[in-house]
Formats: sequence, structure tokens, C-alpha cells
Amino acid sequence: MTASPQTFYHGDPGVPLRGRNGGVATLPLREPAPGTTAKVSLQEISLSYKAANGKRLLALDKISLQVRPGEFLCIVGPSGCGKSTLLHLIAGLHHPTSGQVLVDDKPIAGTGTDRILIFQELGLFPWLTVKQNVEFGMKMKGIPKAERNERIDYYLRLVHLSQFKDSYTHQLSGGMRQRVALARALATEPDVLLMDEPFAALDAQTRDLLHDELERLWAETGRTVIFVTHNVREAVRLGDRVVLLTFRPGRVKREFKIDLPRPRHLEDFDVAASAREILGELREEINRSLAEEYQQGVKPHIEPGAQP
Amino acid sequence: MKRAARYIIFYSALLGVWILLAELKVWPPYLFPTPWGVAQSLWAGFADQSFLIAIIVSLKRVVIGYSISVVLGMVLGLGVASNKFLEETMGGLLVSLQSLPSICWWPLALLWFGLSQNAILFVVIMGSLLSVTLAMEDGRKQMPKIYGMAGRNLGARGFQLFWHVLVPASLPFIVSGLKQGWAFAWRSLITAEMLYLSLGLGQVLMMGRDLNDMSQVLAVMILIIALGYVVDGLVFKTIERRLQHKWGLVAAS
Repeated sequence: MTASPQTFYHGDPGVPLRGRNGGVATLPLREPAPGTTAKVSLQEISLSYKAANGKRLLALDKISLQVRPGEFLCIVGPSGCGKSTLLHLIAGLHHPTSGQVLVDDKPIAGTGTDRILIFQELGLFPWLTVKQNVEFGMKMKGIPKAERNERIDYYLRLVHLSQFKDSYTHQLSGGMRQRVALARALATEPDVLLMDEPFAALDAQTRDLLHDELERLWAETGRTVIFVTHNVREAVRLGDRVVLLTFRPGRVKREFKIDLPRPRHLEDFDVAASAREILGELREEINRSLAEEYQQGVKPHIEPGAQP
Repeated sequence: MKRAARYIIFYSALLGVWILLAELKVWPPYLFPTPWGVAQSLWAGFADQSFLIAIIVSLKRVVIGYSISVVLGMVLGLGVASNKFLEETMGGLLVSLQSLPSICWWPLALLWFGLSQNAILFVVIMGSLLSVTLAMEDGRKQMPKIYGMAGRNLGARGFQLFWHVLVPASLPFIVSGLKQGWAFAWRSLITAEMLYLSLGLGQVLMMGRDLNDMSQVLAVMILIIALGYVVDGLVFKTIERRLQHKWGLVAAS
């Protein structure tokens, strides 16, 4: 774990966690430590789009981030800050208005199986069985049948769904579907796993279980994970680093390094304490978003790619 | 049980009225045959195999024509749905063309293909293509965007995306359009066959008229209805059931 001077250490008495006057802290580009190249690098990503009233709205404003190989990065922010959009941009599903996304120092060209996104709505294919869903990405890549079968078995065992391989997705519970999506993404063996509020719709027990499983899988496979959530405690529970985005336009407000020992638990005192610090800052943004929406009477902004 | 009882009551009443009218001899028997007359015609038609041949010929034509319609219609509908220029220009044309009875293509088909099987196929295709195209266009728009994105995200490109994602994802939304296309194809076929000596069911129907044999006409009409019903029941009901099973839908279409 390398750290740069710009990161904030929880528990480090020398560095205040809160911004001095609650303003937006514009952080300089976080350079990776010498010897390590960033796995994913966002360089001044901006995105604007034409709103229904014809005005151009800035959704993301010059977001720069470096993600180390094998890092678990969490992005938190109020709804409407463009965190899902940011993941779509990294996945290559949309293009930024300016700035670029680099993976292994190369600019991305559209989607690629080196980065797999797990959508908030999962996007499992209802016409395919669990097994066929997991197989899909590998089939598209042209991986031979024998290897596909091997990997299907392996990843379904990993997420404890072997008995359900011939079920259709509507026959599964929410938590099981979530695990199918995870297996489907992992089976293509991407370097980077992008997760968009994957556990938001789950009950607390299932979510705890999946946190444990995700942490285990991440540790076992060594993938780089970029995880978007609005749940600060979840971010602290899982992340090596938590990035806080501001409300519209989305900017990097603060970064928090989480160097609590793993495995962690949601109920851990340290997790709760760190979460409280971050939540304090997040609350400002939430209040700002509520005030703005109340004043303008605008409907909540629907992020591109969100289901109607 | 109750449903079966309702069916029995309704159809026996219908048959009863028919028998009554036929026996009262309001119209001469060659204009208004009895049910036994029709049954006899059916028997005779199957006994000398003329009905069987007609059924095989007609089914072959409709299957070929309809298959071409489905493939063309899916590609066309997807094109119209995903291209703004095509949507604005061709979209309107397709809707207006749908008001044209497919048999209006018959003179054109005759000039282009001559008195041949191809002329009939052309009319069948023109009859069902529009339904399939419009259904696919609509289905593509109704289909949740997430499937296309998930497909691209997992590395599907071009034809892969079309075949492995867009087609299966839109199926629940287009199955009723496909069904309608089938009904149009079947109707167009029979109409075209009636205009041209061509072995099919339509021709056997016209033969009944030429021979003043009303029983044969009714027998063939019953066959046409029955075949349409059977295909609907076997093919489309099966597709719908399988979609319901896979997707967990309450009711497709």
C-alpha cells in the first residue's frame, strides 16, 4: 500500500479529516508511487449533456483519479452526483465530453472485456439459465467450450450457486441474482471490476454475506475493484480508499484512505468511526442537493443508462 | 369442466341451427349444404389425397414466405428503430403501407415473377413483412436498454449483439407481432392461391365454386380455419409458454 501526501489517513492525528471550512477541496492529481503504474487512470474527465429544457448541464467536472492494480476503491456521493455515470464512462459505454480514461496507460476505445461493469440493475439475461449467463462473456470472447465449462464450474462454486446452474434468473432471490452477476463478470476474468451500487436493493443479512464473499473473492483473485455506493459504511467496510464526490457537478471532494485491518465488519467500531467522519462531509452535499432540488422544483436527475 | 360444457353448448347450438336451416330447405342444397354433406366432402377430399396435397403445398409456401418475412422484418425493424433518419423517413412509409391489402401486390408480382410460385411467395412476404418489421421496431424500443449495455459490456459486437442479445431480449415484446404476421401471411397465401391454379388450398376452394360444390367450399374453409388455429395453438402458444417459463412473465403479449 503506497500513499501519497494528498491522501487523508484515518486515525492519523496529524491530518484533519474535515475540510477546514467545508468547502470543496480540490485535490491535485494523485500520482502513483514510483514503480507502480496506475491500473485505471481518469484524466480530467468532464461530462455535460443537454437537459430537457435545452440548457447544457455539467454532470461531471474534471475528475482525476488514479487506481492502483489490485486496489479496492470506493466512490461515494449523494444521488445525482454522477457516480454511476462515471462507472459507465470507465466501462466505455459512454464517452466523456472531455478528458480520457486510461487503462494500463492506454486510452480506452469503447467497451472492453478487461473492464467488466456489474450494473445496479444487474442486467442478467432472463432468456438464459444461470450457467448460460455466466458463459455469455466467454462465448463472445471465443473461449473454447471445454475451458468455458471449467470456468463456469469454478466461478459458480465460488459464489455458491452450483446447484442452481440450470435455473432461470427470475427463479432466484435477489442475493442469488447478485451473485450470478458477480460470477458472470468474474468468469471473463477482467482486470478491473466495476460495481454500481450492487448491494443497494438487498436485505441487511444478504448484504453482509455478500460483503464477506466479495472481500474474499477480491483477495483471492487480486482484481482491481471500483465500487460505487451511497452507503458510506459499506464503502469503509470494503475499500482501501474512499473517494467522496460532490453534488452536481460531480467533483472529487475528498479522498480518505482506509487502512483498517481486514477482514472488517460493518459493526466494527473503527468502521463506524471512519464512516461517521466521511458522512459528515457527505451530509453537506446531500443537504445541498436537497436544497437545490427543492428550490428549482426539478425532478431528480436520472443518470444515463438508468432503467426507466 | 365448466369451460368444456360451455363449448359443447355453443357448438351444438350452432350445429343445431345449421341443421335446422338446411333441413327446412330455405335454400337449395347446392347453395346451403348440410353438415353431413360437408363431412362427406372432407372425407372424400382426404380419401383421394387432394386435400392432403393441397395442405402440404400451402403449408410449404407459407412457411418459406413467413420465414423470409421474419428474418427481413427483424433486420429492417431493428434498423428503423436504431437509426433516426430511417425512423423518420421509412417509419412513416411502413405504417402507411400497412393499410394496403397484400393482394394489391399481386399484379406487380405477376409482372415481375410471372405465373409462378415466386409470385405467390412475394404476396405472402408483402403480407407479413410489415407486421414483423413494425413489431420488431416497437419491441426494440420497449426492450429495456440494460440488456444491450450488458451485452456490449460483456464483449458482444455487431452481429453477436444482434443475435445473442437484441433478438432474444425483444422476443417477449414482438411475439404478438410475429403472431399477427403469421395470420397475415396465411391470409395472403390463400388469397393469392385463389387467383392462380396452383395446387394449394386456395385453388381447391375455388374448384369447389367452379363445380358448384358448396360442400367442398365449406370443407376447405373449415380446413383453412383449422390449420390457422393449429399453428397458433402449437407454435405460438409453445413460444409464449416457453417465454413465460424463462422470463417468469405473468403473460406474454
